[in-house]
Amino acid sequence: MSIFQIAGSALVAQSQRLNVAASNLANADSAVGPDGQPYQARHVVFRVAPFPGQAAGSEVGGVQVVGVVQSNAAPRMVYDPTSPLANEEGYVAMPNVNVVNETVDMIAASRAYQANVEVLNTARTLMLKTLTIGQ
Amino acid sequence: MLNRLDSAIGFYQEALNLRAKRQEVLSSNIANADTPGYKARDLDFSAELRNAVAVRGVQPLGPTELTRTHAAHIPAKATTSGPVSLMYRVPTQPSLDGNTVDMDVERVNFAENAVRYQGTVSILSARIRSMLAALQQ
Repeated sequence: MSIFQIAGSALVAQSQRLNVAASNLANADSAVGPDGQPYQARHVVFRVAPFPGQAAGSEVGGVQVVGVVQSNAAPRMVYDPTSPLANEEGYVAMPNVNVVNETVDMIAASRAYQANVEVLNTARTLMLKTLTIGQ
Repeated sequence: MLNRLDSAIGFYQEALNLRAKRQEVLSSNIANADTPGYKARDLDFSAELRNAVAVRGVQPLGPTELTRTHAAHIPAKATTSGPVSLMYRVPTQPSLDGNTVDMDVERVNFAENAVRYQGTVSILSARIRSMLAALQQ
């Protein structure tokens, strides 16, 4: 177990979160997906991943993405009678992506990524310094 | 002779070990800044250092396990508490999802711990150098 593994796992997790936010933003207007339904927003679920073999009660560990869940919020209904996807009343079901939420999530993920890169750099400096003990 | 050498630099060894451990704990806090339900942890450095110096050279008891002589036996395992006891940070602004990591606090502590680690490394190097100088006389 080391700082490099901890920060590395966080980098992987945060970049997956960025991926999901990018997918949500890209598909904010995808009225129809491969299954014929409008695109549903997705969110990552984080969990602590303690390294094995640690004493009880003092586990530390990295972070792990346990899954990507789909939002079950109601689709956004847009009035567009000219669309081939419109229902009898002229409404089209659009994805339930909240663009503002996704943008905020994206910024938060990129800040967390930066923080972990900094952790990695600090750990590297310390390790190099440790190698010079006694010289 | 070796005992003398050990007692001269043993303190710094323990201090460095604890600094590295604390760095790990703080990096775990930063890594889990967005994990729901994660509680930020830290260790009391001076208390841990006093403890580590006091028990120096004493072999800690490893995790114990019961011998299983039958397939239906339930595996029983007792993990002893680690050499370092971690404590939970008192949150100032806990999140709604149960996460108590305050990024500013963690970053400040991480930077401070890194500087102190480097300081300990410098002192340890200086001591080793001066000891080498004494040996070469």
